[in-house]
Amino acid sequence: MNLAIRDIRYHLGRFILTSIGLGLLLGVVMSMGGIYRGLFADALTILNITKADIWVVQQNTNGPFAENSRIPEDIKYRIKAVPGVAEASPLSFQTIQIDRMDKPLRFFLIGYDLNGFGGPPVILAGRDIRQKHYEMVVAKGMNMEIGEKIRLGLHEYSVVGITGKVVSSSGDPAAFVTLADAQDIQFKKDNDAIRNDRERIGANLSSIQALSPSQTKFLQQNIARVTESTHTVNTVVARLAPGANLKDVQERISRWNHYRPISVEEQTRILTKGMIEKARMQLGLFRIILLVISAVIISLIIYTSTLDKIKVIATLKLIGSQNRVIVGMILQQSLLMGIIAYGIGYGLILLTYEKFPRRIVLEPFDLQMLFVIVVAICVIASFVGIRKALKVEPAEALGG
Amino acid sequence: MGKSMYAIEVEKLTKIYGKGETAVTAIADATFQVKPGELVAILGPSGSGKTTLLTSIGLINEPTHGKVVIDGAVVADEGWTPGFDLKRMRREKLGFIFQAHNLIPFLSAIENVMIALEINHLSRPDAKSRAIELLTSLNLGHRLNSYPSALSGGEAQRVAIARALANKPKVILADEPTAALDTENGKNVMDLLKKLAVENHSAILVVTHDHRMVEGFDRIFQVSDGRITRES
Ligand SMILES: Nc1ncnc2c1ncn2[C@@H]1O[C@H](COP(=O)(O)OP(=O)(O)OP(=O)(O)O)[C@@H](O)[C@H]1O
Ligand SMILES: [Mg+2]
Repeated sequence: MNLAIRDIRYHLGRFILTSIGLGLLLGVVMSMGGIYRGLFADALTILNITKADIWVVQQNTNGPFAENSRIPEDIKYRIKAVPGVAEASPLSFQTIQIDRMDKPLRFFLIGYDLNGFGGPPVILAGRDIRQKHYEMVVAKGMNMEIGEKIRLGLHEYSVVGITGKVVSSSGDPAAFVTLADAQDIQFKKDNDAIRNDRERIGANLSSIQALSPSQTKFLQQNIARVTESTHTVNTVVARLAPGANLKDVQERISRWNHYRPISVEEQTRILTKGMIEKARMQLGLFRIILLVISAVIISLIIYTSTLDKIKVIATLKLIGSQNRVIVGMILQQSLLMGIIAYGIGYGLILLTYEKFPRRIVLEPFDLQMLFVIVVAICVIASFVGIRKALKVEPAEALGG
Repeated sequence: MGKSMYAIEVEKLTKIYGKGETAVTAIADATFQVKPGELVAILGPSGSGKTTLLTSIGLINEPTHGKVVIDGAVVADEGWTPGFDLKRMRREKLGFIFQAHNLIPFLSAIENVMIALEINHLSRPDAKSRAIELLTSLNLGHRLNSYPSALSGGEAQRVAIARALANKPKVILADEPTAALDTENGKNVMDLLKKLAVENHSAILVVTHDHRMVEGFDRIFQVSDGRITRES
């Protein structure tokens, strides 16, 4: 006869309520593990969908995600020409926040070369960008409809396609436009600013006595073209030809002195170690605290339920029960509570994880680890109850 | 260890609670024997040491001095016999009945009896049929699945008796088993114990306050101040 189950059945309401409470707690622990894995997955999404072997960024920076990086777009031709490089394509990244329907809409704008790579990985609805200008493909997470228009910089852009779950390293949904549009949005000044700039340049030049008026005019036009140029990108990504040596290609690009060719492994390290390490530690700390709280709660529940059963335990000893009968009853109750709570927590997360604002990735390994930890906590927590139970004297069954 | 002719042998049994100035001698120098099938009543005023006598024989309270022999086994001689399995002796040879029925609240009547059998290594089907048989013989056939809280005082006490008898113990120790019952139910319980002493050939020690309950007993011990003052 299983005493643990009989006791639980007799106090079913109490048992269910405590299990639900513990289940919520374990659900939070699971979601934190999921958020941590989600941080990882988010941080690496763009790296993964781009499928590049090398990320060329500004020298001495950890760009383009962890730090700012600006390099001229033209460098793509030189990179493409490096032996071993099969393809090279410029990319531009910027975080944008606009108001949409009176709510802030924050997203990560990716500009890509229509003839290169690094664009939307899949099209779930609508189509890819076909025009050079004013078309946009957005991630599902933006909650936008095909045909919807938003104003970015000086122009309106209309959504032509929906792509999957693409997010920036900080979890903002991504939107894709052509590189030229992205450069416009990022760098193009409005007309007033341009007029002001031109006037300032003109005034500066005309104060130089040595220049003739025609020289001044020529210079003014050229300088304006430079300052109005938008041909800057954040990175140029490259794919290697089959059999090419990564190290050799990296070394060649490094030799130009102005660029840093970052391999995918390095980029992964920059994204995970640098950018989300603190968040990871924070989440880890919370998980540990919550697990300690769960352990304390389970111990307390088991201890008080043992105290409630002192008379029962004394009676069992009186009629000659072996210690294992009593230890088994307490241990099984503790384990049952932990396992049921785990199940409740897991069910809860399964039902809700897609509705979390940030991505939750449930790794089987994490869940199995947590299960093992919960079982261990239950075993350890039941020790306090078991210790108490073993000290009970059969004579205690006699008192009133 | 030759088989003794006694179910219980007690020799100079002394139980002292506490130490030094606060020491209380609850039982002093008790010596007697009880044969299998004998029905013994223990009478005495409150605080005279009746419960202590029972729990010392019942392997619940360690005797301070003296010897206790149950069914030929020396369980205590100037303290517990070292290495003796008291629990095993309790579940195989002893049955307890107390004033408060001491049933396990989360087990039904039948389960309360079955647990005593299962811890004594009876298979579940055997335990079940024996529990049904016992409870039915105690007129509880209709209450098998009731929880103790739903039983009347008399019914609960009869379940407790069924549990005490489950393993056909050599010795049954009952401490005021009728105190919580009205006269009629009390009489019934006592009659039951008498019947069992005969049928099971068990030695039965019953503590009681009530002189009216002791008719038909083989012997009566009168206890006062920790001493058995009169035996009849
Ligand atoms: N655990 C204990 N610790 C100390 N003293 C005790 C303990 N149990 C009993 N006593 C003392 O031992 C003496 C005998 O007690 P016992 O319970 O055996 O009496 P009793 O005859 O059963 O009384 P009652 O009729 O009231 O049940 C009493 O003086 C009591 O105070
Ligand atoms: Mg008493």
